[in-house]
Amino acid sequence: QKSTRRVNASEDTQQQIIRETFHLVSKRDENVCNFLEGGLLIGGSDNKLIYRHYATLYFVFCVDSSESELGILDLIQVFVETLDKCFENVCELDLIFHVDKVHNILAEMVMGGMVLETNMNEIVTQIDAQNKLEKSEAGLAGAPARAVSAVKNMNLPEIPRNINIGDISIKVPNLPSFK
Amino acid sequence: MSDIVEKTLTALPGLFLQHQAAGGSGVPRVSVSSRLGSLIRSITALTSKHEEEKLIQQELASLKATVAAPNTTLRLMKECMVRLIYCEMLGYESSFGYIHAIKLAQQGNLLEKRVGYLAVSLFLHENHELLLLLVNTVVKDLQSTNLVEVCMALTIVSQIFPREMIPAVLPLIEDKLQHSKEIIRRKAVQALYKFHLIAPNQVQHIHVKFRKALCDRDVGVMAASLHIYLRMIKENPSAYKDLTGSFVTILKQVVGGKLPVDFNYHSVPAPWLQIQLLRILGLLGKDDPRTSELTYDVLDESLRRAELSHNITYAILFECVHTIYTIYPKPELLEKAARCIGKFVLSPKINLKYLGLKALTYVIQQDPNLALQHQMTIIECLDHPDPIIKRETLELLYRITNAQNVSVIVQKMLEYLQQSKEEYIIISLVGKIAELAEKYAPGNEWFIQTMNAVFSVGGDVMHPDIPNNFLRLLAEGFDDENEDKQLRLYAVQSYLSLLEIENALYPQRFLQVMSWVDASLSFLDGFVAEGLDQGAAPYKPHHQRQEEKLSQGKVLNFEPYGLSFSSTMSSSGCTGRQSPAGISLSSDVSGNSAETGQKETNSLKLEGVKKLWGKEGYLPKKENKAGSSPELQPIAQDSTLVENVDQMIMKKDQSQALHHSEEEAEKQRLASTLFVGLGSESAVSLLGKTDTVSHKFRRKSKINDTKNREVTSTHNINCSSFSPLSNAPYEDNDHLNSFQDKEDIGLKKCSLGSEFLESGLKSESLTELHLVENFSACSLSPPSLFEDNSMEIFHPPHPTLSSFANEISLTSSLLEELNEHVHSDLVELCNNEMLKVSSCKIWKDDCLLLVWLIVNKSSLELKNMNLEITSTENFKILEHPGFCFPVIEAESTKSIQHHVQMEKLFTEEDLSGCVKYKVEEDPYIQLEFSITLSLLDFIRPMKICTEDFGKLWLSFANDVKQNIKISDSQANLPFALKTLQQKLRLHIVDIIGNEGILACHLLPSVPCLLHLRAHEGMAALWFRSSCSTLPDYLLYQCQKVMEES
Repeated sequence: QKSTRRVNASEDTQQQIIRETFHLVSKRDENVCNFLEGGLLIGGSDNKLIYRHYATLYFVFCVDSSESELGILDLIQVFVETLDKCFENVCELDLIFHVDKVHNILAEMVMGGMVLETNMNEIVTQIDAQNKLEKSEAGLAGAPARAVSAVKNMNLPEIPRNINIGDISIKVPNLPSFK
Repeated sequence: MSDIVEKTLTALPGLFLQHQAAGGSGVPRVSVSSRLGSLIRSITALTSKHEEEKLIQQELASLKATVAAPNTTLRLMKECMVRLIYCEMLGYESSFGYIHAIKLAQQGNLLEKRVGYLAVSLFLHENHELLLLLVNTVVKDLQSTNLVEVCMALTIVSQIFPREMIPAVLPLIEDKLQHSKEIIRRKAVQALYKFHLIAPNQVQHIHVKFRKALCDRDVGVMAASLHIYLRMIKENPSAYKDLTGSFVTILKQVVGGKLPVDFNYHSVPAPWLQIQLLRILGLLGKDDPRTSELTYDVLDESLRRAELSHNITYAILFECVHTIYTIYPKPELLEKAARCIGKFVLSPKINLKYLGLKALTYVIQQDPNLALQHQMTIIECLDHPDPIIKRETLELLYRITNAQNVSVIVQKMLEYLQQSKEEYIIISLVGKIAELAEKYAPGNEWFIQTMNAVFSVGGDVMHPDIPNNFLRLLAEGFDDENEDKQLRLYAVQSYLSLLEIENALYPQRFLQVMSWVDASLSFLDGFVAEGLDQGAAPYKPHHQRQEEKLSQGKVLNFEPYGLSFSSTMSSSGCTGRQSPAGISLSSDVSGNSAETGQKETNSLKLEGVKKLWGKEGYLPKKENKAGSSPELQPIAQDSTLVENVDQMIMKKDQSQALHHSEEEAEKQRLASTLFVGLGSESAVSLLGKTDTVSHKFRRKSKINDTKNREVTSTHNINCSSFSPLSNAPYEDNDHLNSFQDKEDIGLKKCSLGSEFLESGLKSESLTELHLVENFSACSLSPPSLFEDNSMEIFHPPHPTLSSFANEISLTSSLLEELNEHVHSDLVELCNNEMLKVSSCKIWKDDCLLLVWLIVNKSSLELKNMNLEITSTENFKILEHPGFCFPVIEAESTKSIQHHVQMEKLFTEEDLSGCVKYKVEEDPYIQLEFSITLSLLDFIRPMKICTEDFGKLWLSFANDVKQNIKISDSQANLPFALKTLQQKLRLHIVDIIGNEGILACHLLPSVPCLLHLRAHEGMAALWFRSSCSTLPDYLLYQCQKVMEES
């Protein structure tokens, strides 16, 4: 029931799926479409592999029919652009050496199999804020425990979103049960 | 101190790496997990998989020691976890570290905690028992004042959480829906979505809160809630119709650019949000005009706005089109959507082409004309180098298949099937081909050829329903018995030819199908009989066995005469055996075995078959060896013949394929074949297609039948151009099938006869065969044909009593005739002082003859003696029903014969008439009489052998079953059968164990077969006939007879 899951070189699912997927994807020419109908391994006809090829890297998403193919294709683009921003000129080695970071970034975008956030700026701000906090905490590693806990209890600073929330006028009328 | 040393140590490789990388193009920032760095470096330096394995095992061993050591710091632990993740990613088991990942998530600082959670989410699966240990940590973190910790906890919950522990965290997460930070609210919604997925009942009470989330002032939270709504609406659209307006409003605002520019992607406002909303609207508006009404405007707006030519606009357009075709249609929008599909299909971008085909596939059921518009593009896609595009095209064609284009489409599918290697593709394609073949097959040969291709490619992987359906189709047959036979015959022939091919390997399931169909081939008979003698259970396919199990409760087997179809030749060896349910089906094959050339095969094949039937089941290789045996001269010829025919068919197909080249004209042609019948008139059938799976053959019209017959006769012509030896068996097969073709019959009788003699068979069996042939011919043709046939039919002398010269000898000749035939006693019908009319029934083999004897008792001459039979709808008198004797001399007897036929079925009916005469010049004196005729007067035994019985049995559609009680005296089966034979004039065909089979026909030629099984004071009667009502009447008679005695 996972609709979106990244299975690129850093994702650990069943080895067989990865191997199979790699086999399928790497065989594909450049001038063919980016969609692959699912084999038995990934759960039958409802599921699709959608991939994008960046130099030596393949980003493969396995999605079910509730996702838009082209939408996912651009989501991969968003993901890569976000990685690029977070790592400042991302390269292959970054992804390998910072598996955990990559996962964190992905978790901001896709959570529990669903696309959560597609606003790139928002993702980057979140990641940066978290990194800052973690770094500051890590820097205090040698400090007395009291100080550490102080940092821990500190609230995250207001993350400036470039949105004027007040102006977003999404008004939802006709909601009788809403109080 | 040790910490510092460690830091230095870990920094070293990092520095080294940095240095190295600086020379390269990339700028990797390697610092933190430098041990991971060194690990990765050493792994990439390795050359073989084996070395990698060794290295990783070493690494894992050292990691194991490290994580287990009590003094390992959390910081070090974090590093170990990253390395473990890497090892797991490479496919190595590192379960010893799982518990430490949980500990790390529990105890570490933010960074360590994050790695811990990450490791947990990667290592563990949904039902892992260790997951329970994580619950406390999650609860604690959810309550934390640190946003990052809360976020991490919510993330892990939405990724992986034990279902049974939901109540422990649910209230906390609900609280988070009111959190001041939108990121927390967003993640909380996402976590609830997860709960809704794994345990919908537990979150039912907070549906109101979902609505609140939908109205959240943060777009991200609202977007997150759409996941939940999409899912809930999918499950139950009617419950959320009231929200349609809200969704429409949201979409309008999004499309109208009311969202912050932040959400723009390539200057398209929040495309993913739009996609999501369009899907929801599609679900809501499906089959609901009122809801759809609300969405028309915004859909139009979306279509209009999505003009930019970026990928993501196409994504929105595609979604729009999908929604427009899903909701209640609005012509204006449909038109626009159709134009959009055109954009996709005609796009040079392959992804868009793919989606265009997908959209076409989706809309084709509503709008077949759209496919016509794009037919040329579709044809091009059919030859596209990308197999994915090809397959999508085939999927599209699959949807538009009809009886006219089926052969071209299936041909294309088979071509694709031959190229593809992926099991999944084969399975789905094979299923589709089989479905189409069954539904729309234009002819028997084509059907069998197609199914052969299907079985040989997909036999090992296909869904078991396919062979089952196929065999059932062969077994149950269709309305036309003749066509059945041709189908079965062709099947067996094609299998034979396939088996002759050397070194060919066929999937086991295909061999099973072949063997099952071929089971009545005598080469199997011999072996099966042997096996049965030794007490072996007859082989039955799986579903067959199941069916039998079912039918055991119901007294009767599925097909009782299955194995009894053995040929006259082999039946001698097999007579004593039980009749296992429905093993053999192909009745035509028995024709094969009555043939000399075939006999050689039998012995040969038998050896192959013996090996085949190992304990483990079938051993495919050996089968082929048997086939390739050099002694198989005649059969080889035979098979080449069959192959020749096959090749001809193949050539035809190939030529179709060849024509389909790049040339535009040819494409046009193909297009016309592919899209034939796709006009508006066929829309109904297209729409109805998904739910009705019916066998095409059943609906076949008479016209098709005659066509098939023509095909058969051309085959005959083809055959005769080959050497007589090789041609004989083939022709012979046709012989039994096309017996109505009288010319052929003559020819074949000769060949058959000579071969019988050669093989040292008695002419008896020959005549018996003839009998059946003629009989079948009768049953299929009007009486005129019946009379024309060169049979030992008793031609009743027409009452040529007009010649006075015959008169005297009449009585004596009548008596002679009476002695020749079974007849009733003379019954007096009426009399007066002058005249007596009596009658007697003569049950001739071919008719019921009523003889009226008019005796002039007086000494006067009776003049103008008229006998008239009142005509009723029940009877048909072949002669003129009235008869006139100008004079009957004193004390003389006159006789009149009438051939009576039954027009309408009845049990007992009176035939009445009157005699009128004059004495001298007195007025006419009239005497009325009547005679009771019963059904039994028209029933004659049908002398057939078991084999023919089996054939007929399968060809009859009407059957009636009944269990009746039988008296003790009847408990003995032969005795009971005797009663039926005597009283009902049924012919006892065979007695097998406690089952008996009998046959009769209703004059002139309506056959009826009876299968009787006696057990425990009950008799299970099973009638089959070509006439729908006859079995009922006969059943009544049987019951009467059985009860009487």
